[in-house]
Amino acid sequence: MFAYIVRRMFQSVIVLLVVGLVAFSMFRFVGDPIDNMLGQERTQADIDRLRTELGLDKPFPVQYFKFLQGAVQGNFGVSYRQGRPVSTIIAERAPATLELAFVSGFLAITMGIALGVFTAIRRQGVAANVIMTVSLIGVSLPTFLIGILLIYIFSVELDLLPSFGRGETVMIGNWSTGFLTSSGLKALILPAITLGLYQMTLIMRLVRSEMLEVLRADYVRFARARGLSDRVINFRHALKNTLVPVITITGLQLGSIIAFAIITETVFQWPGVGLLFINAIQFVDIPVMAAYLMLISVMFVTINLIVDLLYYAIDPRLRVDARAT
Amino acid sequence: MILRNLMIAASATAMMAAGASAETLRWARAGDALTLDPHSQNEGPSHTIRHQMYEPLIIRDVTGAFEPALATEWGPKADDPNVWVFKLREGVKFHDGSDFNAEDVVFSFERAKQPNSDMKELIGSITEVRAVDDYTIEMVTDGPNPILPSNLTNLFILDKGWAEANDTVNVQDFEGGEITYATTNANGTGPYKLQSREPDVKTVMVRNDDYWGIDQFPMEVTEIIYTPIQNAATRVAAMLSGEVNFLQDMPVQDIERVNSADGLMVKQAPQNRVIFFGMNQGADDIEADNVDGKNPLADVRVRQAMSMAINRDAIKQVVMRGQSQPAGMIAPPFVNGWTADMDGESSTDLEKAKALMAEAGYGDGFSLRLDCPNDRYINDEAICQAAVGMLGQIGVTVNLDAKPKAQHFPLITDSKTDFYMLGWGVPTYDSEYIFNFLVHGREDDIGTWNGTGYQDDALDAKIKSLASNTDLDARNADIADIWRVVQDEALYIPIHHQVLNWGMADGVGIEVDAEDQPKVKYFTMN
Repeated sequence: MFAYIVRRMFQSVIVLLVVGLVAFSMFRFVGDPIDNMLGQERTQADIDRLRTELGLDKPFPVQYFKFLQGAVQGNFGVSYRQGRPVSTIIAERAPATLELAFVSGFLAITMGIALGVFTAIRRQGVAANVIMTVSLIGVSLPTFLIGILLIYIFSVELDLLPSFGRGETVMIGNWSTGFLTSSGLKALILPAITLGLYQMTLIMRLVRSEMLEVLRADYVRFARARGLSDRVINFRHALKNTLVPVITITGLQLGSIIAFAIITETVFQWPGVGLLFINAIQFVDIPVMAAYLMLISVMFVTINLIVDLLYYAIDPRLRVDARAT
Repeated sequence: MILRNLMIAASATAMMAAGASAETLRWARAGDALTLDPHSQNEGPSHTIRHQMYEPLIIRDVTGAFEPALATEWGPKADDPNVWVFKLREGVKFHDGSDFNAEDVVFSFERAKQPNSDMKELIGSITEVRAVDDYTIEMVTDGPNPILPSNLTNLFILDKGWAEANDTVNVQDFEGGEITYATTNANGTGPYKLQSREPDVKTVMVRNDDYWGIDQFPMEVTEIIYTPIQNAATRVAAMLSGEVNFLQDMPVQDIERVNSADGLMVKQAPQNRVIFFGMNQGADDIEADNVDGKNPLADVRVRQAMSMAINRDAIKQVVMRGQSQPAGMIAPPFVNGWTADMDGESSTDLEKAKALMAEAGYGDGFSLRLDCPNDRYINDEAICQAAVGMLGQIGVTVNLDAKPKAQHFPLITDSKTDFYMLGWGVPTYDSEYIFNFLVHGREDDIGTWNGTGYQDDALDAKIKSLASNTDLDARNADIADIWRVVQDEALYIPIHHQVLNWGMADGVGIEVDAEDQPKVKYFTMN
């Protein structure tokens, strides 16, 4: 067990290093940050001075090494665009993204499971068919289009919900939350739906097909033959047995909700880390891009590591293999 | 039915909210100020925000004319052309209540000359600023500088005592990530006071009721809520839904939509920015073409022919949806040296263009790469695409290479492009600025944006002499001569002047200013 964990941790570190290396080698193609940082009146001397100051005159492996040196000490450098430490900026922006991810994740899971169960049980019903058809929109339309559509309907035409921003936020310690004000909650609705719609349809379709499978299983027939009520059969026996794959998928999707919040955040001007990343790309803000990419890969690597460890705990065959080698 | 009731309820609350905050300017544009430190980051959106809270000695009003701000009178000293004298406004107070006087001006100029300041180039000619008495300042320059006031309109004055008390005597080291008190706080003499600020999210300012000019200007806005909204569609949606009542950076394709919406309108004016193509005419051979051993762009006839092939009216109608003003010279209107005649000199004449090409020995044409930005100017890439088709008609086969601005501009400064798009604004409103950057041969600190390889010693000398020529008539004659050369040599291919569009809700009254710097004290609200 211990050797397995150590091996997986070691692999994770290598993955992180490679991600960082690839990221750094790409930054050269994003453009030259110097041009954005100095106005049109700058002279060649200004350009050279700033380039040396930022260490951009060094080859990228050296830049990468310096970045790693800082990163292991928790220092991600200074944003070129905002002139503030990247770690401060990310800490400021993280609550917005995490709250949005939490709400859309919650929406996706509850709505996804409820609708999945409903469409499985009433699979011939009109309502179920309508839901199935509409859910195609969730999978087939790109996020930014869904966002713009929602803004158009609920902000411009109906004037019910705000089209951008987070509304009023309240500071609890270092955490800015939008959960405690009515404008903050209203502002959450459209972005959360936009971000969670894809995951919701995914979970719904997964639950539905698993459920249909389980409902055909022998033990459900026996349960029915025993005269148990539909409710007990559907929820206690069938649903419970469909949840295993759903939990696996949900865990993996949680990472992508945070990582792919970029588009939703841009459409709704949601002040989270995704929007920060987009701004950073346009400005060639290398320290912010590097820190963001590293954080996202740390997150994915951690999730994968936990999933692997869970498999190890759940699946006895892995333990047997480990002992054999 | 329920939905309908909800809608009625919602619109009722929206109306009540609007009634209660009728004098709030809810203002959105694409980007935010990078810092509040008055002398860090010489950049448009940063200056715009500072202008509400800080003041320079002189500002430009909506027409671009000088208007007294913290200085009431100014002029060169009668017996010494190297000295400018400024009379300061008396009885002005900073937001924290301390008095404004000459000491603060001297302090601010010294601060603006520090190495970390972004404003130091603009006042590079000033060698000393001295206080004659509490309300008189003398600025000594390293030679006569006839257009000194033009360089001072974004040079803000802060309180010496406040800076010392809050440890912000030095300009923040922006690249080094330094955050000082002045980065996030403001204490100016301006018409609005900072209430709260979250960078990239929201900045709130309230009216300064002790402002010296409160009776001279409308000052009808009592509160400003400034929100950057990056996505163009969301920005327009925020305006359509009434969440925002003043919008900068209006996307061209949405102007009709906003204009036709109830209670909204779009106002426009020519912007201080001209768009043009540059050509590498200095090199013996260029990389981006298919002609070996020769540089077709070195031939003035080819350059004239290429300019003639561009149909500027078509670009205006099709690409810009009417939102541009075809240009014949690379100076925005209202810049000293601009003339209507020269701005009308570009024409479209395919026959003549083909004849010129044949005369130059390129009757069969040649091919060339055009470098173009795709996120800098209004519809920049689309303009380039249109130009590709138009140049094709005279046999110049153009391969378009469009990139983000961060990749495009280094090509020009590093001389890695032979045919490129560039836009230029003139903060000093004087042609000398254009000549210094775009016409003078490229050296370390002058001609830095001249990617044409053009260089003429006599012309360079004439450009340099403009800086210290105090005889304004003779200076203007020189400017006209230099422009004649630029025009005759077809140094650049002018395309058009950009048009600025500001969206506003009914009741918000303001004229568009060419610098794209709304100053809220001029706004009326009814």
